[in-house]
Parts: sequence; C-alpha cells; structure tokens
Amino acid sequence: MSFLGLHKAIERNTGLLIFGILVVASIGGLVQVLPTTLDDSLHAPSPNVVPYTPLELVGRDVYISEGCSTCHSQQVRPLLAEVKRYGPYARSGEFAYDRPFLWGSKRTGPDLLRMGGKYSDAWHRVHMTNPRAVVAASIMPAYPWLAQRAANADDDIQARLRTLRRLGTPYTDDVIEGAPKALEGKTELDAMIAYLQALGRHANDAPAEHAGH
Amino acid sequence: MSARVTHYEDRIVTAFTACAIVWSMLGMLAGVYAAAELVWPELNLNLPWLSFGRLRTGHTNLVIFGFGVSALIGTSLYSVQRTSHARLFAPGLAWFVFYGWQLTVLLGGASLLAGWNGSKEYAELEWPFDLAIAVVWVAYGVVFFGTIARRTIAQIYISNWFYGALIIVVAMLHIVNNLELPATINRSYSLFAGAQDAIVQWWYGHNAVGFLLTGGFLGMLYYFLPKQAEQPIWSYRLSIVAFWAFVYSYIWAGPHHLHYNAIPEWVQSLGVVMSLVLLAPSWATMINGVMTVSNAWRRLRTDPALKFIVLALAFYGLATFEGPMLAIRSVNVMSHFTEWTIGHVHSGALGWNALITFGTFYYLVPKLAGRPLYSVAMANLHFWLALAGTMLYIISMWAAGLSQSLLWLSLDDLGEVRYSFVDVMRAMAPYYLLRLVGGLLFLSGTVLMAENLRRTFAGARTVTVSAPAVGAQPAVAQSPLSTP
Repeated sequence: MSFLGLHKAIERNTGLLIFGILVVASIGGLVQVLPTTLDDSLHAPSPNVVPYTPLELVGRDVYISEGCSTCHSQQVRPLLAEVKRYGPYARSGEFAYDRPFLWGSKRTGPDLLRMGGKYSDAWHRVHMTNPRAVVAASIMPAYPWLAQRAANADDDIQARLRTLRRLGTPYTDDVIEGAPKALEGKTELDAMIAYLQALGRHANDAPAEHAGH
Repeated sequence: MSARVTHYEDRIVTAFTACAIVWSMLGMLAGVYAAAELVWPELNLNLPWLSFGRLRTGHTNLVIFGFGVSALIGTSLYSVQRTSHARLFAPGLAWFVFYGWQLTVLLGGASLLAGWNGSKEYAELEWPFDLAIAVVWVAYGVVFFGTIARRTIAQIYISNWFYGALIIVVAMLHIVNNLELPATINRSYSLFAGAQDAIVQWWYGHNAVGFLLTGGFLGMLYYFLPKQAEQPIWSYRLSIVAFWAFVYSYIWAGPHHLHYNAIPEWVQSLGVVMSLVLLAPSWATMINGVMTVSNAWRRLRTDPALKFIVLALAFYGLATFEGPMLAIRSVNVMSHFTEWTIGHVHSGALGWNALITFGTFYYLVPKLAGRPLYSVAMANLHFWLALAGTMLYIISMWAAGLSQSLLWLSLDDLGEVRYSFVDVMRAMAPYYLLRLVGGLLFLSGTVLMAENLRRTFAGARTVTVSAPAVGAQPAVAQSPLSTP
C-alpha cells in the first residue's frame, strides 16, 4: 500500500501531478535523445560531403514545400535488395547539412537518395512537367508551375544562406555574395533538377569506416 | 475555494464540438480526394494547392489538429468541470483558446496548401504557426489546470491525468522539435541536422501519437465510457499503474520509426524494447475499459453511443498490439516505407480516435442540447458505415503493404532484384481503389453523423448545468482509496 499511499498525495495535488508527469515523461528523452543530439560523430560530415550550392538549396526547399518527402524516402537501408535497387546504403555523415532531414517514412514512389546522375537533366525536365510522358504507369502529380517561377522570385536566397551559416553550414562570404547572380535566369524547375542531380553524388567514394552506423 | 458563478461553462464545449465536426468532414474529404489522386493522378488537375504532396499534408493536419484536438479540448473542458465540481477557470481565456486554435487550424491548413511546409511529419506548419500553437497551448494548460486547482472535491479524477499529460508532454515535444531559425516568413531551418534531426523528429512524432492520439483520447475514454455504461471504472488501481507506466515508457519508443536508418543501433534497440514494454500499459487500459462495460453489454443493443466506444476500444487493443509488433526490427523490415504503415495509422485514427469521438459526441450533443438524439437509426447506420469503411481501409492497406515489401525485397537466382519499382507500383492499383472505397464509406458515415447532430441541436441553446453543492458525492466512479 505504500505506493498507493504516496500516490494519494499526488492525486490530490495539482502541482505534484504536473511535476510528476514532467519528470516521468522526461527520462526517456534525457537518456535517449539528449546524448544523441550531443554526439558529434552524428553531425560530422563525411569527406566529400559539401554544402548545397544556392541553386541546389532552392531546389531542396521546393522539394520540401511541395511535400515530396510524403512519397519519396531518402534513406537506403543496409539490406541486399535495397542496395541492389538503389545503391550504397545511407550513412549519418551524408546528412550533416540537411536541415531539416528528408529521410521520409513512405515510398509511394522510389527512394531518391542515390538519384543524382541516374537520368539526364532533359529526362527530369519532361518528367517533372508530365511524369506519364516518360513513365506510363506513374501516379506522380505533374509540376508545370515550377518552370514558371523564378528560382529567386522572393529575392531571399541570401537570407536563407545566412540563416544556414548561423546554424553551422560553412557558406563563405563569396558564395552568399554571388548567390543572387548564380540564380539569375534560373527557374524553380532548374533548381529542383540541380538538387536531384546532387543527391548521392558523394556515395561511391566514401571511406569504409563510415559504414559503422 | 468556491466560485461565485456556479453553473458550468458549457457553451465553449458546444463550440469546440461543432468545429470538430466541421474539421472532421473537411479533413476526411481531403483524405478521400488524396486517395483518389493515387488512383487517378489526373485529379491533381495541375493545380499546386491540390497536388498530392500538399493535400495529403493538409489532410493529416486537419484531421489531427482540427478534428482531433478540437474534440480533445472540448471534451476535456466538459469533463474537467464535472470531475472537479467547479466552473471553468478563466472562461475568457478559454474562449481565447477556442478562437486561437480554430484560426490556427484554418490559416495553418491554408498555408500548407499554399506550400508553407516544414516537412517534419505532423509538425509541418511553419514557424509563425508554431509560435501561435505554443501560445494557445499554454493558455489551454492554464484554463485546464486552473480548473483542477479550484476543484471542490479532494481527488483528481483519472481522466484529468491523461488530459493533463497530453497538455504537458505535447508542449514539451512541440517546443523541442520546432527549434528552428527563421530565414523568411515562410521558411525556417531546423536547429538539428540530419541524423539528429531525425531522432528528435521521431521522438516528437511518435509521442504526438502517444500523448495526443492515445493519451488524450484515453482521457476521453475514462470519463465518457463510465458515464455511458453507467458503471464505475472496473479497477481504479489498475488505471493508476497503467497511467504512470504509459507516461514513462511511451517516450522511449520513437526510434522504432528509424529502424535500419543511419542512427546508432543502441538507440534503435532501446526503441524496440520499450515499444514491447508499452504493450503492458496499453492493454491494461483496454482490459480496464472492457471490464467496465462488462456489466452493461445489454445496453449495446439500444445505445449507439456506447456501441461506438466499445468498438473503439477493440480497435485500440488491435492498434496497440500491432504497434509493438511493427517495432520489432525483423517485422519492421517488411512494413517500413510500405502501405502497412498507412494501414496501421488508420486502424488507430479511424478505428480508435474517430470512433471514440463519434461515440462521445452522440452522448454529448444531446446533453448539451437538452433533448434526445434526433435519429438513433441514422446513428446505427453510421456505425456500420464506419466499421465497414475502417475494415476495408486497413485490410486493403495490410495487403498492399505486405505485397509491396515482398515484391521489393524479392531477389532472383542471380541475386538481382526481381521486380522493378514500377512493377510493384502497378500492383498497388487495386488496393488503392479499395482504400478509396473504404474512405468514402467512412466519410459518408461522418456526414450522416454531422446531419444527425445538427438536427439534434438545431435551434437549441446550450443547457445551463450548475455545479453540485460543495461536499456532494462525485458524479463519477470514486477511487477505492477514498472510499474504504
């Protein structure tokens, strides 16, 4: 009865109840989540992993806005069939500059982690504008509006790059300075294609010791 | 502490209930349309706001935050007054919570369709909405705990603990997972990157399910089930033990969403163990619920509201068994990234969350209106539509998910993948069509309920109910501790 005796106090005191819930619900996070967020090895970039160029970053942000990760994962699991289908499995160091992460939880369409270089820019251009023109059975929406929007329509690329730099992405002054110029004449579709072609570009020459995770 | 105005503040409950019903129809309609887009992709109509990626995000946000949370806040404000024998604390602030929340859902939903999307699942809304949610949520906490603090009976009833845990833990999860630096009005970047962002997100994502869709609705169960069955909770002691075990163990289980992903293996393993442990408090609560109804089975014949709640309890048991099983790595290999996940989510969301809310509304709205339900026959028809819709939905998604993973992982004699991705995608078509039919059945039942409840309430004003005099017997089951 001693547990229930103690409990009698808790169930009669609002403050104790709130405090109890807060403490008991925090334990898991403190043991499991806090150490991993402090673990430097989890956010150290693998060699070859470089920040997204301004154009790729705009493409990535469009990918996020359109909810592409609803249907496409970016996470090849260390299973024979997945490595055969998509390429080398994912390692934590590859995602050091991914804010937010885009691993996804569902594959209505295929995984895109190793998408870069698999198809030509021209293929992507047709596919994004009308998926069924190149894959008859595709159920992907068409994205004709991407070609009609300028990549830097809101003139905010420098604000985005500076925000990422404040979070730790090593963008140089030159990159930030030259970003608007780099986006001149580009559309969101160009940006999206640049991003897709950048996905997984560093996969093949990553050192073996990073396979540990 | 006794309040000067002694009648309960129930108009706000009516308001939350009405909004929850409207959001349920809109949210489910968005879901049905998105399901149709997977069958006929032309339905995207090349309109940005109607394209699947945006609409699906709108669907989950409307049903969870519009329908689910409105129902939770409304029912918690109803039950906390009655289990505390006290009028709502700071009714003005409560109305701020009402308007603040509805506005956030409305504008937030519109922003998702406009392409303001942070992409973290169930936390897609961008930073201006994250701030608004935090403010409204704190106000909700003040109203709720303030009401408990001014209660005139000694004991805090069990339903309030679950609602309380919902408020506290969701606040913690929301704030940590949305730590982000704004770049523009509609774009922010997460404080965490890559693998760490993934771990924080699923700590949030899993426990948003845990403390909102499970814990919050258990609060609803613990008040409205005994009321409708007219039976006390079978074992108050079991409810205490299950509560703390639930609060402790749920929070660890998040990493089972990241099996075989690029996060440390010990984090995954801990996620498996605690997910299996979670089965105990989940089923303890289910057993407690079933035993509570065990003397009232005959009422199922006449009371459609109780029928919904008992069926919800069955789906709760099913989903909380399936969850730990899917957390086992060797099962998860099969289910992850497939339609099985969608099936699992909907056995919880339709079978448990929606059904218990419907049952509660069939009880609540006649009480608020002070007159009987407009049509019991319509409610019974709704019951069968909801059951058929849920079953069709989850069975088609189970079959789809299993086929998907078997085909994806299948290797031929040379060790090469046997089926192309497009082959597997083509095999999904019949299941997507069945799921659409299931969703349509479920939605039509919901519309039927909305009409039934509208007619029940039409022209009425919310009934004024006074709090019992200080020292009166509590309206619901007493703890064995306080009645020796």
